[in-house]
Amino acid sequence: MELTPDDWSAIRLTLKLASLVTVLLLIVGTPIAWWLARSRSRWRGVIGAVVSLPIVLPPTVLGFYLLVLMGPQGVVGQLTGFLGLGRLPFTFAGLVVASVIYSLPFVVQPIQNAFMAMGERPLEVAATLRASPLATFFTVALPLAKPGFITAAILGFAHTVGEFGVVLMIGGNIPDKTRVISMQIYNHVEALEYDQAHGLAAGLMVFSFVVLLGLYLIGGPRNTLGAGR
Amino acid sequence: MSGLAIRSRLPLADFVLDADLTLPGRGVTALFGPSGSGKTTLLRCVAGLARAAGRVDINGECWQDDVRGVFLPTHARSLGYVFQEASLFAHLSVRANLEFGLKRIPVAERKVGWDAAMDLLGISHLLARGTDKLSGGERQRVAIARALLTSPRLLLMDEPLAALDAKRKHEILPYLERLHDELAIPILYVSHSQDEVARLADHLVLLDQGRVTASGPTAELLARLDLPLARDEDAAVLVETQVVGHDEEYHLTRLAFPGGTIKVTRKALEVGARVRIKIQARDVSIALTGDNRSSIVNRLPARIRSFGETAHPAQCLVSLDACGTPLLARITRLSKDQLGLQEGMPVVVQIKSVALLA
Repeated sequence: MELTPDDWSAIRLTLKLASLVTVLLLIVGTPIAWWLARSRSRWRGVIGAVVSLPIVLPPTVLGFYLLVLMGPQGVVGQLTGFLGLGRLPFTFAGLVVASVIYSLPFVVQPIQNAFMAMGERPLEVAATLRASPLATFFTVALPLAKPGFITAAILGFAHTVGEFGVVLMIGGNIPDKTRVISMQIYNHVEALEYDQAHGLAAGLMVFSFVVLLGLYLIGGPRNTLGAGR
Repeated sequence: MSGLAIRSRLPLADFVLDADLTLPGRGVTALFGPSGSGKTTLLRCVAGLARAAGRVDINGECWQDDVRGVFLPTHARSLGYVFQEASLFAHLSVRANLEFGLKRIPVAERKVGWDAAMDLLGISHLLARGTDKLSGGERQRVAIARALLTSPRLLLMDEPLAALDAKRKHEILPYLERLHDELAIPILYVSHSQDEVARLADHLVLLDQGRVTASGPTAELLARLDLPLARDEDAAVLVETQVVGHDEEYHLTRLAFPGGTIKVTRKALEVGARVRIKIQARDVSIALTGDNRSSIVNRLPARIRSFGETAHPAQCLVSLDACGTPLLARITRLSKDQLGLQEGMPVVVQIKSVALLA
């Protein structure tokens, strides 16, 4: 069983997508996690629930609404059109945006838990030692939440690698643009190329197992998936 | 303006914290009261960690003044804060913990030197360690040094010994006494231990249900029968004395104060040295004449000022005046009646033991 050039293209695209999405997730997810961990606003529950929606929604539902939103009639679609960015559906950029939203809770929750687990005290101590809130965030909060960030990055990356429904809905199946591994497996199965499908599917199985094993080993007995404590 | 002016008003769950204090601008002031009386909250208000309505003025530096709309955030206040548990940063070594605050202080404003802080708290041998390799007492000493290295204008200490067992407490108390003696930084010290207060505090603030019930020099407040301090099991008075001589034959040191002379076991102290002693009410008994034979060495003439109640109905407190020095005795009510003790009566107090504090 040899992987075809198309398979390799899908693997490259998937890794590129997952890497980019993970970086974006950490950038977007950290302030959200910080706010959710520390805010006493009555909007906290609402925002927390919205961020967590992708955990329970079928990916097709999420993909459907993203398609509508990003389409020519959608708010986001009109905005990107107005800004001269074109339309997002069926592009790599669209896939990135959708993946960020889809994997957001898997990144926000471990970071949020890590921020909550450290409590107020280290931040208060830093303030009494003349550290400004910004300095406190970078020199105390981030280092203390490191295990949460590692969990978050791994989960965000792995979850993006494994997505299918959202890609199907808004990315389609365009080689080198949106055809990721999971799509390629689907194509092989559709074409009854079971050997080819096995090659990629087994690879994903091993990848997923290694990632999860790594998470448990890093976290030790204290780490439960997604808790990051 | 010299001195600490603190006015804080903050509604809490069970009561309203409402304190208006003018405190000396130097020495140790203890905030004393039962658990949940608002001591820690008041300290947090001074630090800006909690926001009360009012004013905080530290030796002429205004940290908060609602009238003028001034409220400095904690990191802009020149203070050191020692929390109940040591709260060292777990991701930093001992040295990095110590440098965390120090490096944010401009060199010209560093008054407490690195070596001085290391010596004062005896921690130079701990620098390379991780914070998880320290004992509870060592952690707290590092935390105190970390706070001192920011050369604060005010040091706030929230029951720094509460999380330590008795042995560690006694290991760290001498360091706190040295802070008091060697630094010019005023200290606000929260405690609910009468023993700690007697050893460390110059000035005492009593808090109950968020209100200040008394504020004044420690020695004065400890001797007052109307305050809960006298009702405590460890009720005691403080007496400032001076070493006047040694008795080499019997290995005793003589300490003089206006009310007389007290002999204690021989101490390595210079004649003329000032010594603060603590006399516990339970160690003081009363006799009508001074000539009764007993093994007690220290007998002083005094006059009964008043009587007070104790926690136990079998006992009563006697407030005495030894030539201007207040003393407390805890005796049984039976003895009081059998001896026919009356206010204004001249008596002889017998002091079984005294503790030297500094």
